[in-house]
Amino acid sequence: MVSAVMSAAEPRAVRRKAWLTNVNAWLLLLPAVVLLTAFTHYPILATLYHSFFSLSRGGASEFVGLENYTYMLEDHVFWQVLRNNIVFAIATVPTSIALALLMAVWVDKKMTGRSFLRLAFFTPTVLPMIAVANIWLFFYTPNYGLLDQFLKSLGFAGHNWLGDPSTVMSCLAVMVVWKEAGFFMIFYLAALQTIPPELKEAAQVEGASRWYFFRRVTLPLLMPTTLFISINALINSFKLVDQLVIMTKGGPNNASSLLLYYIYEVAFTFQDTAFAATLTVTLITILAAVALTKFVYLDRRIHYQ
Amino acid sequence: MRQHSHSVETIAAWVLALLWLLPVAYSLWSAFHPSEYATRFDLTAPLTLDNFVRAWNQAPFARYYLNTVMLVTMVLAGQLVVCTLAAYAFARFRFFGRDILFALVLVQLMIMPDVLIVENYRVISALNLLDTIPAIALPYVASAFGIFLLRQTFKGVPNELVEAARVEGASAFGVLWRVFVPLGKTTYIAFGLVSVSHHWNNFLWPLIVTNSVESRPLTVGLAVFGAPETGVDWSVITAATVMTMAPLLLAFLLFQRQFVQSFMRAGIR
Amino acid sequence: MKFKTKALLTAGLMTVASLSATVAQAVNLTMYYPVAVGGPVTKVIDDMVQKFQQENPDIKVEAVYAGNYTDTMTKAMTAMKGGQPPQLSVLFSTDLFTLMDEKAIVPIDEIPGADKDWLNSFYPAFMENGRVEGKTWSVPFQRSTIVLYYNKDAFKEAGLDPEKPPATWAEMVEMSKKLVKKDASGNVTRWGVEIPSTGYGYWMLQALAIQNGQKLMNEAGNQVSFNAPKTVEALQYWVDLAAKEGVMPKGAVEWGTLRTDFLEGKTAMMWHTTGNLTAVKEGARFDFGVAMLPAMERRGSPTGGGNFYVFKSASPEQQQAAVKFIRWMTAPERAAEWSIKTGYVAVTPAAYETDVMKNYVKDFPQAVVARDQLEHAVAELSVHDNGRIYKIVNDAVQAAVTGTQTPQEALDNAQKQSERVLSRYK
Repeated sequence: MVSAVMSAAEPRAVRRKAWLTNVNAWLLLLPAVVLLTAFTHYPILATLYHSFFSLSRGGASEFVGLENYTYMLEDHVFWQVLRNNIVFAIATVPTSIALALLMAVWVDKKMTGRSFLRLAFFTPTVLPMIAVANIWLFFYTPNYGLLDQFLKSLGFAGHNWLGDPSTVMSCLAVMVVWKEAGFFMIFYLAALQTIPPELKEAAQVEGASRWYFFRRVTLPLLMPTTLFISINALINSFKLVDQLVIMTKGGPNNASSLLLYYIYEVAFTFQDTAFAATLTVTLITILAAVALTKFVYLDRRIHYQ
Repeated sequence: MRQHSHSVETIAAWVLALLWLLPVAYSLWSAFHPSEYATRFDLTAPLTLDNFVRAWNQAPFARYYLNTVMLVTMVLAGQLVVCTLAAYAFARFRFFGRDILFALVLVQLMIMPDVLIVENYRVISALNLLDTIPAIALPYVASAFGIFLLRQTFKGVPNELVEAARVEGASAFGVLWRVFVPLGKTTYIAFGLVSVSHHWNNFLWPLIVTNSVESRPLTVGLAVFGAPETGVDWSVITAATVMTMAPLLLAFLLFQRQFVQSFMRAGIR
Repeated sequence: MKFKTKALLTAGLMTVASLSATVAQAVNLTMYYPVAVGGPVTKVIDDMVQKFQQENPDIKVEAVYAGNYTDTMTKAMTAMKGGQPPQLSVLFSTDLFTLMDEKAIVPIDEIPGADKDWLNSFYPAFMENGRVEGKTWSVPFQRSTIVLYYNKDAFKEAGLDPEKPPATWAEMVEMSKKLVKKDASGNVTRWGVEIPSTGYGYWMLQALAIQNGQKLMNEAGNQVSFNAPKTVEALQYWVDLAAKEGVMPKGAVEWGTLRTDFLEGKTAMMWHTTGNLTAVKEGARFDFGVAMLPAMERRGSPTGGGNFYVFKSASPEQQQAAVKFIRWMTAPERAAEWSIKTGYVAVTPAAYETDVMKNYVKDFPQAVVARDQLEHAVAELSVHDNGRIYKIVNDAVQAAVTGTQTPQEALDNAQKQSERVLSRYK
């Protein structure tokens, strides 16, 4: 706005320069804009559009209004995967954050073998989820899996961990926490290193206990990091489905299925892309809500300048 | 007293660390020993490469490796070019619609291509790219994360350096190439490591858009190979699993500091 | 200008001509196929394809292994929607309605080269799922029935006659009780029997329903009887094996690892596809037997497995080449070889007349149990939108065996959902 007002008064050369800047900037942005439009913005709008149409097998599509949405609301599998996703988030997000914080505090201290500790905690992060799922699948296999063998050696009975709806979710959550905690540790580690050491020295002089210092100084200072990680972990929990393909296929009886996995099934196994679009709209809405929360709460503190 | 609690903590940390390494250690054990020892831990068990040989012969892993390497190279090269140009524009140009456009870029941080599988599949098939490596790569090339990270870096470049280059007669492009890119080196390394490890490990999207051995990356190849239906020998599956993760794991062990610092840098804003 | 156009046209025509020339030289075929059983099956297929290509240098077949049946169907459909359909595929014989609804396939009997004599040379039971509206849409390939594998050593140990596997539901429970073994602290170290409930739960349920005298679907593939009293009874029997009789582990029994359970002696009996026979034979360190499934009202098993389909979008040359390939793959010697290497039932009676098969059966009579069971076999559950219905039934089976719902609740649910899906096809 300001530049427009100014440009009327400015000589032509300046206006030309401003125009050139605009052209240059847009040329620089062109590849990114094209790709982002093609693979993010257009797909979001197209998803919304297709959710109002129905596609019969081998036939043409027809406008059905909100029919897909009523179908979704009546679909008990949809509600189950949504519930599962929430349970999965609640089970994995706080646990992995707490563990990450603990790990970061340990690694940050002058502890014996701290580089080894850091290595151990971080390693799962660089592994493919598919590989991880293969390994853990064998842990949980009934009878001769590692977990059952361990339990049996202690005299307990074996258990069908992934085949029992009451344990399958926890089993997957443990694995995901193992995989993700080290990643979040890194953020805490970075944040911890920005806390001035003088603070600690001052506290020690005043005779404050370490726990007191941690609770009253470190933790509040880490608050923005915690929020940041929580948001990321939450978003992550909606897109982590690779393990399901290997370990449970969403079973037994959808007990471990998640929203994105259900979308994959509906779209590509059942070839019902209209209903898949409807489900995707729900997922996008959830992610957008998380994003808005982030902008409202987080970005008051951290500005994108 | 303090000393005591200290050592208790150290022990706890070590126990957790060993627990954390257990799955990886176990997969190595199982991969390098005959299948009778898959669940029996006997230190005298003979070492063998037989599982690797069998996995290698039962599925075209060489091709999968090649595909994955081509994939991560293609993604990274594309990202570096596209994100550098975009970040440069955002950081150094005042132009019409900048803030709105930047907000639109940030949308991708929340709604990633990973969740838009249905429509992205349509786009890729409309472009007639199905079952090719570019099909796997394209949705990720314009990385909002990369643009964001580089923009932050470029904003921190002192104006004097830019002016000095200008005085020497460098064009806008020349300034980017001679001033900004060299100064962004650490960011590039950080972003590069994060990007490579992410795309080496990516699975669902490649599973959807690839049909043939010629385009399947390692992760998809491994999933198809290890499907429990086939009941392939457990040790052979772990050998294949180890093959899939080995390059990244080795790189990580060798360049541990760089990895951790890169992930740290990529995480801080 | 005119000249240029002409030159361009000529160039274009030449390209077209040379392209069709290459087509005439070699027809390229892409085929997706699934693997659902143990053993180096992909290797077997690759070798067969190699041999075919050596004998037929004018046809090139790219055989792509795409996971289990569901994965393979997903791949084929997704590729087709994306404009890259395969020319032929091995898919569930029961995916027929879906493939017809998608207008994806051509009837095999309309392709030159597929004559009546050949199509009549297969076991009729295997042709049932492939014949609709008076046409033959698919050709049997990796076909099976469910059989009962039992550990003879365990039978001896439990004081049972190893030559007398259970013939009725009641006998199976009785024998299983004797076969269960517990350690000192009361934990089960060997179960009596295991019926897999993941992946192919619908198949096992159908077997039990048939034995109980209940058909699950109609001919038109748009009606199902999942909550018929006899189906509920069948599922109740299955659930009770774990819940009441304590002879089967609680929770979902994994299809993929069940063979290993059996080979490791963790279960004395298992219900599984005969397609796993060779893998069991290779892996067993004990004497084992194979029997027909036990009877309630009658004996019975659904047929199962995969058929060859030819896709509509393939060119006439490709379709003919595909038929040539299919004929080669199902010829008696190959069918025998395939059966020996996997355990699947060879698809034609002629295959059992080959010398190699005769010799094999002489030393290993277990190999013909599944074939002999064909006289009791019934067409596998096949309806419109099959993938969805299978999932609904599988979910119901899992809900019941894990105790989340009673068999009645689970099957009522499945019936309601299925009717919702199938209402579009009436």
